[in-house]
Amino acid sequence: MRERTASRVVRKNRVSLQAPVAPPDIQSQPLTLDAISHSYGEALAVNEVTLEVRAGELIALLGPSGCGKSTLLRIVAGFINQTSGRVVIADRVVDTLPPNRREVGIVFQSYALFPHMTVAENIAYGLEARGESKATCRERVKEMLATVRMEGFADRKPRQLSGGQQQRVALARALAVRPRILLLDEPFAALDKNLRLDMQIEIKRLQRQFGLTAILVTHDQDEAMSIADRIAVMSKGRIEQLGSPVEIYDQPETLFVNDFIGSSNRFSGTVESAGEGAYAVRLASGALWQVASRKRFAPGDRVIATIRPEQLVLTDQATAGTIPVTLKLSLPIGGELIHDVETRSGEAFKVAAGRRPGEPVSPMAATHCALAPHARPILFPQTAA
Amino acid sequence: MSGAATGETAGVEWRLAAPLGLTYLAFFAAPLLILLVMSFSVDDNLGGFSLAAWSKFWGDPFYRGVVWDTLRLGLVTVAMTTLFAYPIALLFIASGPGLQRLLLFIVLLPLLTSVVIRTFAWIAILSREGVLNQALLALGLTTAPLNLLQTELGLVMALMQIEMPLMLLPLITVMQQVDPSLSDASRALGGSKWRTFRKVILPLSLPGWIAGATLVFASATTAFISQTVIGGARLVYLPTLIWQQAMVVYNWPFAAVASVTLLVAVLAGVSLFALLGRFARTA
Repeated sequence: MRERTASRVVRKNRVSLQAPVAPPDIQSQPLTLDAISHSYGEALAVNEVTLEVRAGELIALLGPSGCGKSTLLRIVAGFINQTSGRVVIADRVVDTLPPNRREVGIVFQSYALFPHMTVAENIAYGLEARGESKATCRERVKEMLATVRMEGFADRKPRQLSGGQQQRVALARALAVRPRILLLDEPFAALDKNLRLDMQIEIKRLQRQFGLTAILVTHDQDEAMSIADRIAVMSKGRIEQLGSPVEIYDQPETLFVNDFIGSSNRFSGTVESAGEGAYAVRLASGALWQVASRKRFAPGDRVIATIRPEQLVLTDQATAGTIPVTLKLSLPIGGELIHDVETRSGEAFKVAAGRRPGEPVSPMAATHCALAPHARPILFPQTAA
Repeated sequence: MSGAATGETAGVEWRLAAPLGLTYLAFFAAPLLILLVMSFSVDDNLGGFSLAAWSKFWGDPFYRGVVWDTLRLGLVTVAMTTLFAYPIALLFIASGPGLQRLLLFIVLLPLLTSVVIRTFAWIAILSREGVLNQALLALGLTTAPLNLLQTELGLVMALMQIEMPLMLLPLITVMQQVDPSLSDASRALGGSKWRTFRKVILPLSLPGWIAGATLVFASATTAFISQTVIGGARLVYLPTLIWQQAMVVYNWPFAAVASVTLLVAVLAGVSLFALLGRFARTA
């Protein structure tokens, strides 16, 4: 608990340090989703989702397609009226407001730039809709083009721009009206990989600069990990876990989250003895692991222990915690070496290790696999399924 | 290299197009030429040269009125189909696949019956004892039956229903290709529904509207059956005039003048819509 509070303080400081140039008329606003449910006919798309997005925070809704994250985004924007629950922006319930009165900026996956308008006309669109004067529009367009580093593109048509440039314009257009909330709907999906990181940095920079409360909808965990302050992992219309990227990765609360984020190895086993939040677990391979867990288990409980590949090491010395294995394959993936290994009973799993330059790819006749010194396996109750 | 290839391709294309091209030449271009010569002839044997028919046609306010009425009929029909087609098209793109199929069926239904039958059905609706007047009387909206047959209003109503598929199909096709998130973007940026329609959907649907308007205009100005059956003897449009002159009065040079005039008038209208397309600001 103390650890969590500390990290929150650190993060807040970081935000305020890195946002020195926020326009003075902008104030971050919190966004609250209060027990939101939505069903399409019979199908329940969003199931009692409650989420508090703090002012100036970027939360990623992460989940596979059909988990309800896009529906949730469209509810916040006002395109869909939820079946039940409330959307509260800055202490004001906005459920009865149509999309054009919610002051929410959206960046769409397809960017949705108006193809018949120039870049400048696209950016000015929201300002004109608000009845701003010509002079204000001109000035703001210029300012926004500078903000997204697109000066000189004012008179281009969207089709004359690359994907990254189109996204910059889409951002400029959404931010030109000074929205209270920024919604990002899979904004990087259409970009190629190298550009993606640049745009993630760009969006993070703008979100901080403008002090925006933001929701990012994505199915890409790397995307969520890299720019979100907190991640809400969603499955079947519910939030499975809400936490910082590190919490989500290190302490997944459910097997779904564990499997969806990063790669992970599963071992089935039985609890042999239970102590104060610590358990001795006998794996099927015979190895005995000491595992800390906040969950409650009794001796004799069947459990699943999961461990990240990078928290395992290969060794040729057998101890009580090692699993006898055969090394099948070693793949050099960038700076990492991924070993594909198999237990005596034929269970396959992965071990990842940092690769030193010049190191042979298939290093050793490893016979055993052990937990790395700081490894933290996670226990889950074994369900009938 | 590429030049030779293009030449070869052009040769193949020409030979493939020859049968249709020759047919058009013999049965379309040649008769048109004969028609043009006929309009400058003294009698129906293509003999002599005379401007008599032309000066008689254009010198008479009655005939000039017929030309104007015909063009106006086309423009009013285009305007009315546009007015009714946009709400239907908007409903179409906003609805789910089931309702879309139903709407498409309703839209296409008029095309499945002959124009003659549809026109006579409109007589049953528009006549003094017809469905529409009965309904208006029953609702107390009028005390005496309205005269709708043999009026431009009645004719436009009938034509609007008959020509509606020609406007709706291209319009729907183009509007379906417009990314739905464009309207979402407009709404989220603070645009009202009306602004979204006016600034985003309308400009992007213009190519479809131009195609539809061209078809409806060309079709309404030349709708001989509907014009005669509903317009009757009181309303005279160019197609009726041509028929009277050619088949009743047997004044073929005069009928030829009216025909050439109709052709030019329709082409002028169609070019006008094409011109609008060039100024339309689309992607």
